Amino acid sequence: MTTQAIQSEPISAIADSIDAHEEHHDDGSTTTLGFWIYLMSDCILFASLFASFAVLRGQLAGGPGARELFSLPYVAVETACLLVSSFTYGMAMISMQRGRQAQVLGWLVLTMLLGLGFVGMEVHEFADLIHEGAGPDRSAFLSAFFTLVGTHGLHVTAGIVWMLVLILHILRRGLSPANQTRLMCLSLFWHFLDVVWIGVFTVVYLMGVA
Amino acid sequence: MFGKLTLDAIPYNVPIVMAAVGGIIVGGIVLFALITYFRLWGYLWTEWLTSIDHKRIGVMYILLAMVMLLRGFSDALMMRSQQALASDGGAGYLPPEHYDQVFTAHGVIMIFFMAMPFIVGLMNLVVPLQIGARDVAFPYLNNMSFWLTASGALLVNIALGVGNFARTGWLAYPPLSELHFSPDVGVDYYIWSLQIAGIGTLTAGINMIVTILKMRAPGMTMMRVPIFTWTALCTNMLIVAAFPILTATLGMLSLDRYLGMHFFTNDGGGNAMMYVNLIWAWGHPEVYILILPCFGVFSEVTATFSEKPLFGYTSMVYATICITVLSFVVWLHHFFTMGSGANVNAFFGITTMIISIPTGVKIFNWLFTMYRGRVRFEAPILWVIGFIITFTIGGMTGVLMAVPPADFVLHNSLFLIAHFHNVIIGGVVFACMAGFTYWFPKAFGFRLEPRLGKVSFWCWLVGFYMAFMPLYALGLMGMTRRLNHVDNPVWHIYLIVAMVGAFIILCGIGAQILQIAVSIYYREALRDVTGDPWNARTLEWSVASPPPFYNFAQTPVVHGLDPYWEEKQKGVDHKPLPVYRRIHMPHNTGTGFIISGFASALGFALIWHIWWLAIGAFAAVIVAAIVHSFNEHREYYVPSEQVAATEGQYFKQLASQEA
Repeated sequence: MTTQAIQSEPISAIADSIDAHEEHHDDGSTTTLGFWIYLMSDCILFASLFASFAVLRGQLAGGPGARELFSLPYVAVETACLLVSSFTYGMAMISMQRGRQAQVLGWLVLTMLLGLGFVGMEVHEFADLIHEGAGPDRSAFLSAFFTLVGTHGLHVTAGIVWMLVLILHILRRGLSPANQTRLMCLSLFWHFLDVVWIGVFTVVYLMGVA
Repeated sequence: MFGKLTLDAIPYNVPIVMAAVGGIIVGGIVLFALITYFRLWGYLWTEWLTSIDHKRIGVMYILLAMVMLLRGFSDALMMRSQQALASDGGAGYLPPEHYDQVFTAHGVIMIFFMAMPFIVGLMNLVVPLQIGARDVAFPYLNNMSFWLTASGALLVNIALGVGNFARTGWLAYPPLSELHFSPDVGVDYYIWSLQIAGIGTLTAGINMIVTILKMRAPGMTMMRVPIFTWTALCTNMLIVAAFPILTATLGMLSLDRYLGMHFFTNDGGGNAMMYVNLIWAWGHPEVYILILPCFGVFSEVTATFSEKPLFGYTSMVYATICITVLSFVVWLHHFFTMGSGANVNAFFGITTMIISIPTGVKIFNWLFTMYRGRVRFEAPILWVIGFIITFTIGGMTGVLMAVPPADFVLHNSLFLIAHFHNVIIGGVVFACMAGFTYWFPKAFGFRLEPRLGKVSFWCWLVGFYMAFMPLYALGLMGMTRRLNHVDNPVWHIYLIVAMVGAFIILCGIGAQILQIAVSIYYREALRDVTGDPWNARTLEWSVASPPPFYNFAQTPVVHGLDPYWEEKQKGVDHKPLPVYRRIHMPHNTGTGFIISGFASALGFALIWHIWWLAIGAFAAVIVAAIVHSFNEHREYYVPSEQVAATEGQYFKQLASQEA
């Protein structure tokens, strides 16, 4: 490649280097930037749901409110699951930078289990609420609650499926550049969901029960 | 088994609908037969449907937009003729039940499936060429974006023959759009066609932003980016910031309808005005999503046909950025009558007036570009001049309505209808036509026949004024929008004039169709061998028409604004390179088409409550995406001999032209 570039010197050295660069163009930064922008759009989706929740939080329609429905200790454990899973994903990224594939897989599996724990607890909470007659069709407050928390839960579920697929990718091709980019994007996604959950925990649960 | 779907869903008893459906089916069968007869399926599949070439995707977007323009425009003709017939004691020919679907479909189709695909198509076609790139940042995603949009359009058209479409107006305000008042599938067709197309638009937006930020040719700093690309960047930022609000809002409406939730219902603590706020928080930026790239088209055309650099490039860029930001703080002017109080209304009234300032700056920039230029009055610049006058009138009536007390009188009247058609037709449609005529030779290698282009322009311009000026008057007289019939003989004559105007626009559309046919027939005489038929300024004109699929044999280096013009001024010879090198390009893929096919099935299943199909189609979408992620043969090298041969062909053409 380089020798060719030198031979065809005349027109412009800069453009040549760009074309040469393009030979292996996916250094991942383009994909990562695209994924960042997607995350920002997702952020606005959540912002819309947060705003709707804020508008409707007082509309109980004679039904139960946050104080009667939510158990803070339960949600604290749920939150802990997700926060710790962000930490374990961070460890996976550190292992990736050191090139240790087995460690990456181990941390990913652990992250996935914590994620599953989080989703399981959320499903359990939802089932309990519906069983008590506090389902999403009870009041506008509960509609907004189930939608905001449920949308976050669906995102986490999607993240778990993605993690599973990514584990297969790594088993097939190791820590190739493409897989490293994928790990990076999923990392952004996972931490982003963590940040959103901190918002949910504060606005929905803490401020609801207070 | 088939959910709510039964044979009764087909409107046998509505002759107009059955004629339209019959026409579509016969047309489809003829098209299918022709493609089969000429054995074109393989060619279509490998060269177009699975293509990840941004130029071909752009062409497909524009084709979709034109087909949907015909559908949306026939709705318009039906409305104008219904009102003309039903304003002097008669009942007209469209019962309210059908008429309400017609005006809803007209709005939805024209905004989402005509204007949006046209704009996105132009951006796809032009932006990578303008910035000296070989493709967009994510070529496969680009193909999928297009097919998702097409999938939404498909659902809207299925609604014509199976079931019905929403009868709620184009934004489906609750509580009317709630299950209680709209129990049939019309609103569900509305929701799912927009959700699927909306995902396509969002991914297209992300793709375009990354392309513009990361793939510009060396030397092209942000203040050397061609103005059309600048407006495309701002528009796509608006898409990414605004479309998620639409997704969330329609999502909440569907939860109300499917799971009995209470976001916007009358009971259970729901709040219908929240929907109106949310939908316009998307809807107002959407207006600027449509118009900003149009300003870009007008800028390119004005500079090219005046043979002068654009006057005030920097102010144009900053005006565009100002509009981008301000577009998010004016949404409440769509419903001053909500009753949010004098202070809130005053705030949004003032921001609305402020946003007209950067737009005014642009008008002056175009005028000063033409001033002392050598304006060549070809079809594209005619559209620009028509636009400047028409858009200014529309802008002034807009500022008038930005005054809340005036708006209380004019809200939901035909004055409003006249206003937004004044800016959307005068702005967006005229820009689409200008851009289409301007870049057509680049996409296909031959120009459009000029005379019919001018005929079309004059029909559109005259027809527009005849169709909409009477509506301003009617609005001031108190006629509100969406009326099926009125018994007021004074209004009758105005509605007759408006209908005649609509038919003159029909002549304009007819002239355009004829123009395309005639141009294809005389394509050899209209051939553009140079790649630069208009003596233009930006990089897309520095390559052959149509450009080779890799766009640039060698990445250009940019030293200023209007790089190609500069090169021509310096007299730099356009000659073959001494050595060509192989080029890295992505493979075509059918995944986007397949995923969108399943997405259509998913939408249809959700509309008709066919749950097994919905689950199956959703699973298929996910599986198709995962399978695609394991495809490792995504890129290949175009051998240097092939590049040399393609470029050699072009230079031979050039030489034959000069000889």
